[in-house]
Amino acid sequence: MFESLVEAVEQAERDGLSLGELALRSEAADGLRSREEVEATLQRALDVMRQAIARGLPGDLRSVSGLVGGDAARVANGKGPLAGTVFTASLAAALAVQEVNAAMGVIVAAPTAGGAGVLPGVLLGLSQLRPVSDATLIRALAAAGLVGAVVAVRASLSGAEGGCQAETGAAAGMAAAAGVDLLGGSPVEAAHACALTMQGTLGLVCDPLGGLVEVPCVYRNATGAAMALAGIEMALAGVRFPIPVDEVIDTMGEIGRTMDVRYRETAGGGLAATPTGRKLARERLVQLKGKNQ
Amino acid sequence: MVSILDIIGPVMVGPSSSHTAGACRIGRFARSLVAGEPESARIELHGSFARTGAGHGTDRAIAGGLLGFAPDDERLRESLVLAERAGLTLSFANAKLRGNHHPNTARLTVRGGGHQVVVTGSSVGAGRILITGIDGFPVEVTGAFPTLVFIAQDVPGIIAAVSSSLARQGDNIATMKVSRHHKGGEAIHVYELDQPASPQAMEAIRAIPAVSMIRSIPRVS
Repeated sequence: MFESLVEAVEQAERDGLSLGELALRSEAADGLRSREEVEATLQRALDVMRQAIARGLPGDLRSVSGLVGGDAARVANGKGPLAGTVFTASLAAALAVQEVNAAMGVIVAAPTAGGAGVLPGVLLGLSQLRPVSDATLIRALAAAGLVGAVVAVRASLSGAEGGCQAETGAAAGMAAAAGVDLLGGSPVEAAHACALTMQGTLGLVCDPLGGLVEVPCVYRNATGAAMALAGIEMALAGVRFPIPVDEVIDTMGEIGRTMDVRYRETAGGGLAATPTGRKLARERLVQLKGKNQ
Repeated sequence: MVSILDIIGPVMVGPSSSHTAGACRIGRFARSLVAGEPESARIELHGSFARTGAGHGTDRAIAGGLLGFAPDDERLRESLVLAERAGLTLSFANAKLRGNHHPNTARLTVRGGGHQVVVTGSSVGAGRILITGIDGFPVEVTGAFPTLVFIAQDVPGIIAAVSSSLARQGDNIATMKVSRHHKGGEAIHVYELDQPASPQAMEAIRAIPAVSMIRSIPRVS
């Protein structure tokens, strides 16, 4: 797979392929699996994403600690100014997947479990615009995978290494490129959508209450989906981000490497270290320990 | 090189690829080291596993792995109850393991089929694992390959005998590592193979007089 998104985009443009189609061909060319096997694995991922959204939307799940649950249903049934749009559908779907994750349901790590809501949120939110075939969705997932593979090599996909910018931030960049692919946009537009999205998530810290993948993770998936939609909208309108996407990704890696350890999944800083964050974590963890005895 | 399928995946029970999916895989690895069904397990949780394991279902994930469940098996949620029903007695403790360990580490002492095995494993990110100890021997096993593990007296010629037993059946070795406590004592051999060791090769290796314990461990999915 590619180690430069700029190179991948150049090759895709030269060969007249979408970014997702290039990803599918490159994955099969790497020789470990045939194209059919790659597509079958992504089809299963797509099916699990749909099931997770359907499981989360009714709003009856509670997380292991009891801190989160029911917010996907609130947003889906909300009466805000954007109710009924792709935007709201994406937020609700992203929340639904993360609520399922927090309740020990089945999800697809994309790229991680903590950021698993963003990609299905954006793709299945966008597919409410008009009917989209599974083949198109699978191609979009492959585009997301290509972006994630580049981020894995150039920066990081782990909150413990790079903060939340490496989890929901990377997921948002992946979802932005995938969303452009899904809508038939060009590889260049996909790369700009990714850059425009990730510039907005740079520096985002990983500060989960009690170290649990609940607060703020569930909500960060929704705001991550919103960032991706912003990147898609700007890129498809012709906005071009001046810094090449590879350099934006490198910047994320550099910020992650110099980020204080308090902000890297240790619950030592950020929201986790607020008076209320500490109090909630103390109460819930004590409760959990009691439950296990 | 990273595959797009490493990024879009794995399909797993939440909430954490390292605290849940990886923990389950450590349990599965330990299960394959005891002969037959595990009957009891003492599970020591170290570092972040000890601090936040309860909220991430790390205990249930390890128990589920010991029962043979994969990371995407929804029975993981109920695995503590299912273990009790299956006659698997579990005890959990927080521990500060000696030496340098990854923050997400567990030590499992598992009994089954008249044998006991002690496995130390770490969850190193995105659901990937690294087994770092078996019965007190230091090892480095990822579970990404079918793995052959055996303990043998530290006498000359063992590696030649084992590799020729494998070669005769066309079983190819990807990596191998031998470690021992002291000269002339027992050594642990870990071979990562391209395909699981064939029954004939296993039989031939078991027949080598210096070999005491041998296990073929499937790729940990």
